[in-house]
Amino acid sequence: MLLEMLQSLPQVLIDGLALGAVYAVVALGYTMVYGILQLINFAHGEIFMTGAFIGTAFFILLMGMGWVSSVPQIVVLIVVLVVTACLTGLLGMGIERVAYRPLRNAPRLIPLITAIGISFILQDVIRFIAELSSGNYIVTGPSLFTNQLTINFSSISSIFNDASFKTSFLIVLVTAVILMISLDYFINRTKWGTAMRAVALDRETASLMSINVNKTISITFFIGSALGGATGVLFAVQYGTIDPFIGFILGMKAFIAAVLGGIGNIRGAMLGGILLGLLEMFASANLSLLTGGVFGAEYKDVFAFSILILVLIFKPEGLLGKPTAEKV
Amino acid sequence: MSILEVTNLTKKFGGLTANQDVTMNIEAGSITAVIGPNGAGKTTFFNMITGVYQPTSGDIKLEGKSLLGLKPDEVAKRGISRTFQNIRLFGEMSVIENVLVGMHIGLKTGLLGIFLNLPTTKKEELLAEKEAYRLLEHFELAPFLNEKACNLSYGAQRKLEIARALATKPKLLLLDEPAAGMNPAETRELTEIIKNMGKEFNVSVLLIEHDMKLVMEISEHIFVLDHGEKIAEGNPEEIRTNTKVIEAYLGSGAVQTV
Repeated sequence: MLLEMLQSLPQVLIDGLALGAVYAVVALGYTMVYGILQLINFAHGEIFMTGAFIGTAFFILLMGMGWVSSVPQIVVLIVVLVVTACLTGLLGMGIERVAYRPLRNAPRLIPLITAIGISFILQDVIRFIAELSSGNYIVTGPSLFTNQLTINFSSISSIFNDASFKTSFLIVLVTAVILMISLDYFINRTKWGTAMRAVALDRETASLMSINVNKTISITFFIGSALGGATGVLFAVQYGTIDPFIGFILGMKAFIAAVLGGIGNIRGAMLGGILLGLLEMFASANLSLLTGGVFGAEYKDVFAFSILILVLIFKPEGLLGKPTAEKV
Repeated sequence: MSILEVTNLTKKFGGLTANQDVTMNIEAGSITAVIGPNGAGKTTFFNMITGVYQPTSGDIKLEGKSLLGLKPDEVAKRGISRTFQNIRLFGEMSVIENVLVGMHIGLKTGLLGIFLNLPTTKKEELLAEKEAYRLLEHFELAPFLNEKACNLSYGAQRKLEIARALATKPKLLLLDEPAAGMNPAETRELTEIIKNMGKEFNVSVLLIEHDMKLVMEISEHIFVLDHGEKIAEGNPEEIRTNTKVIEAYLGSGAVQTV
């Protein structure tokens, strides 16, 4: 049994990293908003989904123009990523302005319910537009980066099987890593990043130190949503077919990743995402093996949510979070 | 010339009047103290000047321009900064980052510059870091620059709060009980710092303080609040002998025996 698990390990690692990178970037959006507003922005999964749709629409549009085929695919991808990120960023900012800011001083449950409402609205609006324009809310984008690559793990040691992946895997991984590194730099080394951390720690004092709190929160939403939307594009490139409900389960998983790493903690979200992706792929490859066929790969979601429950029971502050002492 | 003019400032919280018709003029370049027994409305007064509370009536003018209706960050941009009675540093941030937060206002670059990683942006961030370092050196906090603010000693945290407030390059600095909880040596050091601040940072100082030795030593002008009203003003000598002030602090019985 161990041998079989080892054999599939290279493939599990590669698939897990790509999936984990997607979780990690989406988890960043949850954790940033939570850090600054203590709000779990359940609409974030739908921002991701909206990004996937905007990106796919752009791809279809661009591919329809003859001259684009002479442009390298990677350039097209970058253009689509940037445009989609800007649009979803503005969408996130608008949602904050319209739906969350008026509730800034309301009890915390109220903006949470608003967030769920917003996510329903986004799902239905996107479904409506997709059905109106293509007759079906399940949309398939042009297939890009489909070259099959193989890494010869078997030449390293005969225990391993070879691992194979599409070029798109590589693109997802590289883009996600670039996004994470840039965000980390932004948060820790620039004036607006410092302002964001200051507002997260003490909103009132930050405003007395000349920081415009509303603007800082808007920027947080813009960046979180832009990252979510860009990841949506990557998801669409990776899987080809999307529907308006992909944001729900992926959003949940990303939320688990954020909790796993310690919600409110940026690096924690990255770590949590990668870990969750790896664990989930490991589960989907080996669950039936481990349980003698009782649970199959389709139980990988159960596995992910079990992780959430275990974290909440044994380390509720997350892997990199700090325990908060109960104030008496 | 006066830097801050407060006229008939009143703040009511429901039926409770925290400040009633407070009028004061603060001279540019001076060190002015606001004293009064606990609950006299001193901190509420500070909160109105900094825009945390909006006054019920009255006006506040900085260099002749009204501050009414401005939000705290806008007041800070006009040139008023403050420290807090109970220290409110960003405890989880490093010492230098706390000062950099104060410098936020001075940095001109927008988001676009940050995203594109423009050289001007980088240069500006670097300059800000250098300036923050100079401020820390001035307050003898430079050795702790990468330490978390919450790990500093109490006295050092108080000094860091002042450094952070000065980083916004204020015209008027409000100090809310800067010596609270300090030992005598720390208080002496603080006294020197405040005394020299006007010249070194080109700033006027308005402070709330209970340590009378400190107040009498550094203030050029003193206002006394009691039950939300101004009961006296003058130089330290006048305040020391003012019967209303003695009455407010010690009760009317004390006046006859003095």
